[in-house]
Amino acid sequence: MRDLAKEPEAARQALRTMWTARRFEEAVDQLFARGLMHGTMHLSIGQEASAVGTCLALRPDDLITSTHRGHSHCVAKGADLTRMMAELLAKDTGYCRGRGGSMHIADVATGNLGANGIVGGGIPIAVGAALAQQLSGSGRVVIAFFGDGAANEGAFHEAANLAAVWELPVVFVCENNHYGMSMSADEAFAIENISSRAAAYGFPGITVDGNDLQEVYEAVSAAVDRARAGDGPTLVENVTYRWKGHSKSDKNLYRTREEIAEWQGRDPIARFEHAVRGAGSLDDVEIEAARKEATHDIREAIRTANAAPPALAGRDVLLGAVYAEASA
Amino acid sequence: MTAAPEMINADVREMTYAEAVRETLADLMDTDERVLLMGGVIGVYGGAFGVTTGLLERFGRERVRDTPISETAIVGAGVGAALCGQRPVVELQFSDFVTCAMDQIVNQAAKIHFMLGGAAQVPLVIRAPAGSGTGAAAQHSQSLEAWFAHVPGIKVVMPATPADAMGLLRAAVADPNPVLVLEHKLLYKERGAVPSGHHVPLGKAAVRRRGGDLTIVATSVMVGRSLAAADELAAEGIEVTVVDPRTITPLDEATILAEVAATGKALLVQEGVRTGGFVAEIAARIAETDTFHALKAPVVRLCGLDVPMPYAPELEKAAVPQVPDIVAAARQLQKGA
Repeated sequence: MRDLAKEPEAARQALRTMWTARRFEEAVDQLFARGLMHGTMHLSIGQEASAVGTCLALRPDDLITSTHRGHSHCVAKGADLTRMMAELLAKDTGYCRGRGGSMHIADVATGNLGANGIVGGGIPIAVGAALAQQLSGSGRVVIAFFGDGAANEGAFHEAANLAAVWELPVVFVCENNHYGMSMSADEAFAIENISSRAAAYGFPGITVDGNDLQEVYEAVSAAVDRARAGDGPTLVENVTYRWKGHSKSDKNLYRTREEIAEWQGRDPIARFEHAVRGAGSLDDVEIEAARKEATHDIREAIRTANAAPPALAGRDVLLGAVYAEASA
Repeated sequence: MTAAPEMINADVREMTYAEAVRETLADLMDTDERVLLMGGVIGVYGGAFGVTTGLLERFGRERVRDTPISETAIVGAGVGAALCGQRPVVELQFSDFVTCAMDQIVNQAAKIHFMLGGAAQVPLVIRAPAGSGTGAAAQHSQSLEAWFAHVPGIKVVMPATPADAMGLLRAAVADPNPVLVLEHKLLYKERGAVPSGHHVPLGKAAVRRRGGDLTIVATSVMVGRSLAAADELAAEGIEVTVVDPRTITPLDEATILAEVAATGKALLVQEGVRTGGFVAEIAARIAETDTFHALKAPVVRLCGLDVPMPYAPELEKAAVPQVPDIVAAARQLQKGA
């Protein structure tokens, strides 16, 4: 298995992608706080290694389904930052032309079948996407991202079983960030590891440190190889933590400052930087450059997106957008 | 029954509604390798009503996929496969079971195209046997079409004849949007003339009979009952127009309103319960347009009673409009003018 921290190019790419995800979310958090961004959003700051480590294990033409906490998945799969930012800024140039917002960004071109506002909603869709790959013999694998909360939805159980009996090329990636809104995973589960649920459906499950990029990468790579070989699904549980509240209405009444601080001490980006330094693949200037490039890219994305025209509001435009037109 | 214009001059054969559905599915699978079927017991068993009998043997397990009893996963897999370019046709054993797949139908399939700014399409067909009349009681007999008419992004189809069972299904599978096809279980054994390769565009009502005294707008199994009522009424000298919307989303409002305006009297007949039912929408459209000025009498609705479907045969009959009820309602409407 490759050691990402030891390969300069891979390390640079991983760092830059994680920083891009983080800078994107810090930026939208600030824009929201300043009243310059509308609606709501769910931030994955602190969870970047899960998204980036998973997507590094994929081929560019592999597919993902994402969640309401999906900005990092989008970035990690290669989405255009300006179109992401434009969507959150309610612009016509956004991924969804201002019709979806933060919870509905998809980028079919980079294999992202979409974030989802319904907990667990994307999991059966990923299974269907995997069925399409199996039928067409495309060799592509599908990742279903979901959280600890979704693991208690019926959709997860039905989809896991269907994927198992049909031996579909799908990997279930559970990002266990310890809370479903305010519901602690300790209270929501009577099992130690969510990954143990895979056994009930007859496929492997593994729990890894989701804040360790290399661990995530290795576990998902093995699962993807298995799926691509036609051996069926795997459940990978990335144990991680969200630093920010569930959404914009969260007052963090269900956890302590100490707990948050403790997890901030396990920052996945700082840890990977440490590993890279230890491996000697990048020097401090190069590590700093990855961060600066990400910061620059996000600033540019905001600048370009802000200058774009707003979402089209006409009644006929809206009514005309509900159904797809048959192609001749 | 008058032949619809699209049926004229075609190679026409007699077959049942169920046979029309089966032949269409087979035809589509023959000509388009993207078409696949998924559902509980659609394989060896042939589906709860035998509609898919023989398709497994003909097309194999890859494309005729028996599924575990997991409506969310089945419909969700249909959504995912459709997003990736397949043309899945999912069968729910009974339309009541949409409740078990509601998120995938309402929040996912119906919304993805719009919500994603047009970047993706979900050409998914869900077939589901609807309606009462088989003694299956409250959880296997509902007519829930109005729920889905209330969800922009999904089309809702209600074939009332064998020809439409073929023609509308063909259009549904060709459509780039999710389409819910509500087949009426009492109609499966009904026979009728079906032109080969029949195709009926979605959103085009059929005028099944024309008469100058009053206009019945009826859906699904109520189309046939309304035509039977019309025969009785004709014997009394009351001439009735019967309009079958065929698809409630999209709705052929123009044809319905024109036919109501032509007689000035509207009797709206559905099996689904009265409150919040689909014909209430038709009544509203009559009321809010110039058609209102053409009315010679208040609009009359004849619907299922606002009760869960009972089991006993006499109770079940009493809960939904029967031919004598339609005759009586039409007579009353005619007399009141």
